[in-house]
Amino acid sequence: MIREGATPAHDATVSEMEPEEKTVVVALAGQPNVGKSTLFNLLTGLNQHVGNWPGKTVERKEGTFAYGDAVYRLVDLPGTYSLTANSEEEVITREFIIRERPDVVVALVDAAILERSLYLVAELIPLPAPVIVALNMMDVAEKEGVRIEPQVLEAALGVPVVPMIATRNRGVQDLLEAIDLVARGGYPYDPSVPWIRQDHWDVLQAVQRVIDGCVPDPYPEDWTALKLLEGDQRITAMMEACLPADRRQQLHEILLGHDDALVAVASGRYDWIGRMTRAALTRPKTGAISLTGKLDRWATHPFWGLVIMAGILGLVFWLTYAVGAPLQELLDTYVVGTLAEFARTGLSGAPFWMIDLLADGVIGGVGAMLTFLPILIIFFAVMGILEDVGYLARSAYVMDRFMHLMGLHGKSFLPLFLGFGCNVPAVLGARVIESKRARLLTILLAPLIPCSARMMVIAFLAPAFFGSAATLVSWGMIVLALAVLVVSGILINSVLFKGERAAFIMELPIYHLPNWRTIGLRVWQRSVSFVRKAGTLILGVSVIVWALSALPGGEIETSYLARIGHLLEPVGRLMGFDWRLTVALLASFVAKENSIATLGVLFGTGEGGGLANQLAATFSVASALAFLTVQMLFVPCAATVAVIRQETDSWKWTLFDLGFLLVVSLTAGVAVYRIARLVGV
Amino acid sequence: MKSGRPWASPSLESPDEIVSLSTLHSGEHGEVVELGGGRCMLSRMTALGFTPGVDVAVVQNYGRGPLIARVRNARIALGRGEADRVYVRRTTG
Repeated sequence: MIREGATPAHDATVSEMEPEEKTVVVALAGQPNVGKSTLFNLLTGLNQHVGNWPGKTVERKEGTFAYGDAVYRLVDLPGTYSLTANSEEEVITREFIIRERPDVVVALVDAAILERSLYLVAELIPLPAPVIVALNMMDVAEKEGVRIEPQVLEAALGVPVVPMIATRNRGVQDLLEAIDLVARGGYPYDPSVPWIRQDHWDVLQAVQRVIDGCVPDPYPEDWTALKLLEGDQRITAMMEACLPADRRQQLHEILLGHDDALVAVASGRYDWIGRMTRAALTRPKTGAISLTGKLDRWATHPFWGLVIMAGILGLVFWLTYAVGAPLQELLDTYVVGTLAEFARTGLSGAPFWMIDLLADGVIGGVGAMLTFLPILIIFFAVMGILEDVGYLARSAYVMDRFMHLMGLHGKSFLPLFLGFGCNVPAVLGARVIESKRARLLTILLAPLIPCSARMMVIAFLAPAFFGSAATLVSWGMIVLALAVLVVSGILINSVLFKGERAAFIMELPIYHLPNWRTIGLRVWQRSVSFVRKAGTLILGVSVIVWALSALPGGEIETSYLARIGHLLEPVGRLMGFDWRLTVALLASFVAKENSIATLGVLFGTGEGGGLANQLAATFSVASALAFLTVQMLFVPCAATVAVIRQETDSWKWTLFDLGFLLVVSLTAGVAVYRIARLVGV
Repeated sequence: MKSGRPWASPSLESPDEIVSLSTLHSGEHGEVVELGGGRCMLSRMTALGFTPGVDVAVVQNYGRGPLIARVRNARIALGRGEADRVYVRRTTG
């Protein structure tokens, strides 16, 4: 039976402890979609810290909780299917257990797909830390007619097995008791260890003989031998560096003769799982089609799947524009406007530059950041719900055939598409993509999605220049941007990534109701992290752009920014720009909508309709088309640059992307200008 | 058909012929005989449940684009290229 249980006390923090008291370190491991975040949040409450694993772009969550008289530090390991060095997540998980040696590893498994779920347990048990198996989703398993006897499984495994339903807070008390027992060494821990398939026993022994005594601390020798046979590149490189030349040669020959050993190792694990579950698990012979199966007939259908996705995306857009945009405006008028006003009156005696610096530079920057929040929160919530419910994987499945033409993954679609609202969440959303290359490519391409701020600029300028054709021009601009995105994707993929396509192998998890607590926490953490990280950069850029536009004399017409604009006039002239349009483009680096405000100042008209008409009188239609084109494809705003840097963890890729976009936008601008002149508009 | 595999040549086709997973229709079952592909893909496939001898049911296959298979009770989506490299013997399920 699963016991009802209270959650542990959340109020203890490490700092409150007596210094001599030892903190028990508990690592939480599990395959994706087994409810790891739900359990983590249940145990730690708000007492958690989110960051990145050092030097990686993988999220690291850590929290504390108290149980009995001890304080526990819970480390959430990344969700992985196995522990072979195919991805950063897998390396992080195993390195943490091998090097940090947590007191307990809680392996969360999905009871409904017990055999497959235990594969990670088969990899965890040989590592040097005691494992507790937490059998989650017992309710789902029961509904599918799967019967599991936890005590029988425990007897077979030789490690504690705790049945639970994390979403309903059941079994948590038993899990805490088991953690406590194992951490104190009070459990007769005697795990059954999986072994390689029988036909490879002698090969494994041969490998063990060759590496005997040479395996560096703290790696277990048996484990190292298995990983060598699995062809694990990191372990192979490690042993090649450690072994003397003759043994290295021997090892090399053994491995070369058995490049099929990987499958034998995996089969050995599944054989072990079969033995472990034989007595404990009964499945219904003829399964009725599950709810997931029924829903998937529609959700993954080549045609209806697209229709359903279009419906969901339509809803998201409606939400973004009906709720997000008005909220943005409210924030801008009331919070930012009031703050700026307050600063101006409060500092009325101070020198002009100080007032302007505070009102325009600092508060303007804070405002630019604040106005991102409504759209970001909606985006995080939508992505969180779609991921938690299980729909994200389906949308990826439906879109993969289109996305892989560009070297992207099916999962690239949703983040990119939601980039129409704002590019910042598009870049952040790329985290859902497991393949590193596809994730990078998604991030690099995200700025080419026309965001709502850029669409606003177009909506303002197009009517004045093109009259009744304004809608057509606006659509043309969107199509142009998307065409450039597709071509850039194909180009970058074939040149930089040698046309390698991300393999598409993905689990379609069982659908279930969203867990609001988990989603809410996630939205909160992501938003705070954005404000903290991107906030500083946005603020910095805002102040710099303000300084350039206000110094030395306080007038933008004579400012450094204007001088830069004059300096760049030869480039602008290729597209029929004068220095003012160039300055407007530069100012849009803080936020895209700034280009209108800047033009308003430069033409002395403010932002009213007068500006659009005056622009139409000053510039030719060809120049206007070129300006819109460049504006559409130009270097993204500072916030987007900040998150590109954060998510790629590389200035090299960030600068590459900026350079690439600069070249693409200017080339397209010149081309549009020339073509427009040729056809005589 | 992939070349270089003796059982893939037409002369060896028999009632329990070995075919790639992508040729199975929705609702059909097969027993995995061999997994192709690079080491990295093999490692992912095995971790998701594909090993020689295991029963695979094709849940959805529209003849193009990715397909859905059921392996060890989990639903796995596979690109067509990936499914081409899973060789199965047709079974009655």
